Amino acid sequence: MTIDWSWIGDHTDDLTTLTLSHLQAALTAVFLGVLISLPLAVVAHRVRPLRGFLLGLSNVLFTIPSIAIFVLLLPVSGLTRTTTVVGLTVYTLVVLLRNTVEGLDSVPVKAKEAAKAMGTRPLRTLLTVEFPLALPVIMAGVRIATVMSISLVSVATYIGDGGLGQLFTDGFQRNFPTPVIVGVVLTLLLAVVADALLVALQYVLTPWRRRQA
Amino acid sequence: MIQFDAVHKRFPNGTTAVHDLSLQMPEGGVTVLVGSSGCGKTTTLRMINRMVEPTSGTIQVGGKDVTRQDAAELRRSIGYVIQQAGLFPHRTVLDNIATVPLLLGWSRRRARTKAAELLETVGLPADTGRRYPHQLSGGQQQRVGVARALAADPPVLLMDEPFGAVDPVVRTQLQDELLRLQKELSKTIVFVTHDVDEAVRLGDQIAIFRTGGHLVQCAAPAELLARPADDFVADFLGAERGLKLLSLKTLAEVPQGPAPEGGPWSLVLDEANRPVHWASKDAEIPVRPLRDGDSLLAALNESIASPTGLIARVDATGVLSGVTSRDDIHQHAGQAHTEARVTA
Repeated sequence: MTIDWSWIGDHTDDLTTLTLSHLQAALTAVFLGVLISLPLAVVAHRVRPLRGFLLGLSNVLFTIPSIAIFVLLLPVSGLTRTTTVVGLTVYTLVVLLRNTVEGLDSVPVKAKEAAKAMGTRPLRTLLTVEFPLALPVIMAGVRIATVMSISLVSVATYIGDGGLGQLFTDGFQRNFPTPVIVGVVLTLLLAVVADALLVALQYVLTPWRRRQA
Repeated sequence: MIQFDAVHKRFPNGTTAVHDLSLQMPEGGVTVLVGSSGCGKTTTLRMINRMVEPTSGTIQVGGKDVTRQDAAELRRSIGYVIQQAGLFPHRTVLDNIATVPLLLGWSRRRARTKAAELLETVGLPADTGRRYPHQLSGGQQQRVGVARALAADPPVLLMDEPFGAVDPVVRTQLQDELLRLQKELSKTIVFVTHDVDEAVRLGDQIAIFRTGGHLVQCAAPAELLARPADDFVADFLGAERGLKLLSLKTLAEVPQGPAPEGGPWSLVLDEANRPVHWASKDAEIPVRPLRDGDSLLAALNESIASPTGLIARVDATGVLSGVTSRDDIHQHAGQAHTEARVTA
């Protein structure tokens, strides 16, 4: 298997466009996933009977094969970016919801008690005590969801999207390995860089976890 | 003043935590609630700031029924200290202390300035302020807990076994600090503990609870020790409650005389006239000199350890002022008991 370096040089613009499109699909999905799972997780955390139902539902959604989910969405949103993003978002929910609920569970009871006893109202306690203390566990979920989404975007090639995934079909159809290899390398790079940035973000957001005495 | 009138608390599972409680906690005084676990003392404390709602009866703080006030606002006006401090792990010490002022809408700068002042008040170095709770020792965390409770200068302070999780040496230091602070601040303090010695040390009045949430006796420490209401109280205070009573009396009124000359033992002083040890022909026994503010219990203890039965007494600078015999201490101890039984 040899790499045709000149092909890469001739297609830098295309590669940049595909990479950005790939990243945009994955990040939008994670962002929407976080937006949906935060309130759902609060409900699941506070209302015990709903907890099993919500976590179970996210598990069931996760078991739908990825191609099937795009196909199921076709009648609704057609061959569009929306279909890609909605499909990916559904997959992020399983980790994001579970980790956010577990993050909220991990907040020390004493800290919540103290907040209440000091006269902090429930919403403020949630925003200024529970979410910050749950952040490490939530961020672990965000990291998994991000890497997973970056790898899953390629599947959307079947509905005419798929970012870097288009390089795979292109390479297979022409029996030309260079685009496939480039696609794999760029996907990997995206995943590694995104994960590193999230680690850095978490470091910035959780100063109390840095200097372990 | 905090007033409980016919307060009942039944939990949904059917257990009665507090049974028909009527109790006054005087303004500017320390009321200690003691009893074994499950006796309702913590529930009683938590009903004051509505962390627990009473099933019936009324609780008034400063003449106002607590259940008629907004719970969050009520809690901001009452300081609260819990075991192991319950600090926010994600906030610096300064921000922890500033919690209530910020809830009350103070500017961040004013809240931080106040917090820095309080660090000093509770005896912590200024650089502690930038640290996070996990970087402090248990005793330091507990001090921060006290500072946080004092931040908005509330008239009432609720303390739920605040020193339960620290070692005995630090515990004594924290108790001393609390007594010193209380002398300056005169807060109305309600303090929960299961430690009788702590109760006797800190309390202006002690309320003893029995399982099932019954208040058995509420009295000043001396009266409680001298005249326990029943066998339950007597047992709870322990067999050595007579000695505990002596811990409340000081040495000040016990007479002293000059150190003896020419016996087998002589009291050796250093060049500044401070007692060092008792010396005989072939032994030296160290002396722990006592001041007027020390308790009769400490004096009795020292007189037993002394080879002559005499205790060395010093002034504020540590210079020998005289000696007191075991007999004189005994006599005053006996008097203290009789007085407590008769006058209380």
